Amino acid sequence: MADPDMRENDEPLLVATSLSKSFGRIAACRDVSFALYPGEVLAIVGESGSGKSTLLQLLSGQLAASGGHVSYRMRDGVARDLATLGEAERRFLFRTDWGFVHQDPAQGLRMAVSAGANVGERLMAVGWNHYGRIRDTASDWLTRVEIDVARIDDAPRTYSGGMRQRLQIARNLVTEPRLVFMDEPTGGLDVSVQARLLDLLRSLVAELHLAVIIVTHDLAVARLLSHRVMVMKGGRVIETGLTDQVLDDPREPYTQLLVSSILPP
Amino acid sequence: MNAPAYNFAYLDEQTKRMIRRAILKAIAIPGYQVPFASREMPMPYGWGTGGVQVTAAILGPADVLKVIDQGSDDTTNAISIRKFFAKTAGVATTTATDDATVIQTRHRIPETALHANQVLVYQVPIPEPLRFLEPRETETRRMHALAEYGLMHVKLYEDIARFGHIATAYAYPVKVNARYVMDPSPTPKFDNPKMDDCPALQLFGAGREKRIYAIPPYTKVVSLDFEDHPFEPYRFNAPCALCAAENSYLDEIVTDDKGSRMFVCSDTDYCESRQAAGHHGSLSAAPYKEKAGSHG
Amino acid sequence: MTAMIDIADAKKTFTMHLQGGIELPVVSGVTFQVNPGECVVLSGPSGAGKSSILKMIFGNYRCDSGRIGIRHRGALIDLAAAEPRQVLNVRRSTIGYVSQFLRAVPRVATIDVVAEPLIAGGMARADARARAGELLHRLNIPERLWQLPPATFSGGEQQRVNIARGFISDLPILLLDEPTASLDAANRTVVVALVAEKKRQGVAMVAIVHDDEIRHLIADRIVDVTSFAAAA
Repeated sequence: MADPDMRENDEPLLVATSLSKSFGRIAACRDVSFALYPGEVLAIVGESGSGKSTLLQLLSGQLAASGGHVSYRMRDGVARDLATLGEAERRFLFRTDWGFVHQDPAQGLRMAVSAGANVGERLMAVGWNHYGRIRDTASDWLTRVEIDVARIDDAPRTYSGGMRQRLQIARNLVTEPRLVFMDEPTGGLDVSVQARLLDLLRSLVAELHLAVIIVTHDLAVARLLSHRVMVMKGGRVIETGLTDQVLDDPREPYTQLLVSSILPP
Repeated sequence: MNAPAYNFAYLDEQTKRMIRRAILKAIAIPGYQVPFASREMPMPYGWGTGGVQVTAAILGPADVLKVIDQGSDDTTNAISIRKFFAKTAGVATTTATDDATVIQTRHRIPETALHANQVLVYQVPIPEPLRFLEPRETETRRMHALAEYGLMHVKLYEDIARFGHIATAYAYPVKVNARYVMDPSPTPKFDNPKMDDCPALQLFGAGREKRIYAIPPYTKVVSLDFEDHPFEPYRFNAPCALCAAENSYLDEIVTDDKGSRMFVCSDTDYCESRQAAGHHGSLSAAPYKEKAGSHG
Repeated sequence: MTAMIDIADAKKTFTMHLQGGIELPVVSGVTFQVNPGECVVLSGPSGAGKSSILKMIFGNYRCDSGRIGIRHRGALIDLAAAEPRQVLNVRRSTIGYVSQFLRAVPRVATIDVVAEPLIAGGMARADARARAGELLHRLNIPERLWQLPPATFSGGEQQRVNIARGFISDLPILLLDEPTASLDAANRTVVVALVAEKKRQGVAMVAIVHDDEIRHLIADRIVDVTSFAAAA
């Protein structure tokens, strides 16, 4: 891992400036600004309808903003406004330097295609043309996400929920992205399966020095994974800060309500 | 029936113009699927309505038409299409590959090398090579536009993972002119190399799916593969039982109900010309000729 | 000598919005310094704000006003005004915190829980584990437990794992919140020895210790927080 000192003065990977989005008269997202640095995990928390999923779509360029902009520092070090990227560039980014982990693995996987091909697809998309090497890399990633390599030729529809989610993560990480978006990645899972997934995510994020923007309504997930949180309500960021600061010393009435609603561990 | 009741080659001139425009665009963008306003034809979908419309649009009175179905000139489908154009366009027809100027085909490329001034018209059931992996047309069109073809290799990967080799034996995907990935219609992959650098113009028509695409003469056509699992055209273990051809595509013919079978050229014109030229295979002896004689 | 911790007039109030917005003063006018190699023990009755001060120094609680000066990589940083990622950097390379309770991820083996701060700081996994093993030995955690997650351990064992995790790195500042609370005499002695070693290495420490005997053994100076509480 790089010297921590190197990280102190680096440039942000993604910068959101006054992002807004309205659907007709409804403002789903209002005036959101922040900077995300390499290796940083940012949790966006809030209830359903608070605008956090809209924000995630704006940030990942899947939805055009009504106002403001998002810039991303590409691998060549140049920061580009997402709105000015061509579709080809944007999709290329999505297949290489970005990942997107959906709550429902069926949205992020090809359910009828083998696990190996699910992981290998991104490699083939960037021109890998050697079956043996693609398969070796896929096996390696299955191992890293704790899936038995013997299951490499099985389609994810034969997998359990937790395995599917781990496969989705492997599929996203195989091109070593620098930024991964996650939308409630532990949402549909049993508590014990959740714990295992969170643990896995935590170690992968640290090992790969990944920047992550994770949307969750589960404050425990935010505490375990994120460095920083943004609390959203009514499309606005009402409180932001270091995760333990916000959760242990919440200032806003709504944040205090959220925090006090958690059952003690 | 009264032939003059039809316009030349059945379709009206406006429709033919529309199809020709689609064909010209297809030639200009090799491998790209051009949408066209496919018409109802007096035959069901799946019987070559796309190919027939393309043939109707390019046919002139001086053309000589050959129609093959899986290599054969004398199946119901081949005969009825040949008769269709003989009646509606009054063009000369032939079974000899060399003599034809337009060859409409269902799933084979003739063994005899094609020459310039010939047009090969393919009947295509499903033009989209990415279809079985990506059901959304909006998405496949975008993938073609952006040349995102990783998914095509996913299919080949699945083959190798499941069977140990690329088991796709027909409709084997190709990249045309180093740009578009194309489904060569369900021809056996044996025929894939013939598409590359071919002197004849190749046109593909899908009637139900309303798409036309093309490979202009002398265009580079590469079968997709992996470095460590290169494309291999199918090879047969034995020569044709009738004409002893070593490099032709063979059909299996069951000859009785006791499991006897023979392998013969799928291209009937090629096989017959070779036999006429004095080539004889292991089963082209007298007993077979007798049977053939009794049949006629 | 340059102080490692330099707190000036720090103030903390909780506003309880769920209880009608009542203001709960915690501390104010907090002012003291800690030098390298010195262990300052905070004293005062329960509820006087000792833990809160520790959390303010760690950046866990935000300050309403005042300054939390921390010498980080040679420069003085005001943690009360620092950006979140600066706070994280300070925690990564300057301030360690030994809390009362172990907060570990389920499923992670004890040896890795202890080794993690070193690995995060860039040490090779094998070396980090070797050092974690030494420390666990000293704190009398039997080797057969090292591969198990600490969640199943007794309170005392968990506390010792926590201490090992806190003491393993070479950070120049350590905050100790009741490090000996649930330990037996033998292990308390080990902790006292560990604190003494840290002092010799020049580590600045702030501790909360209820046990008079231990306090006597480790404290170089005692800061009574009652005055800060009273002023609030």
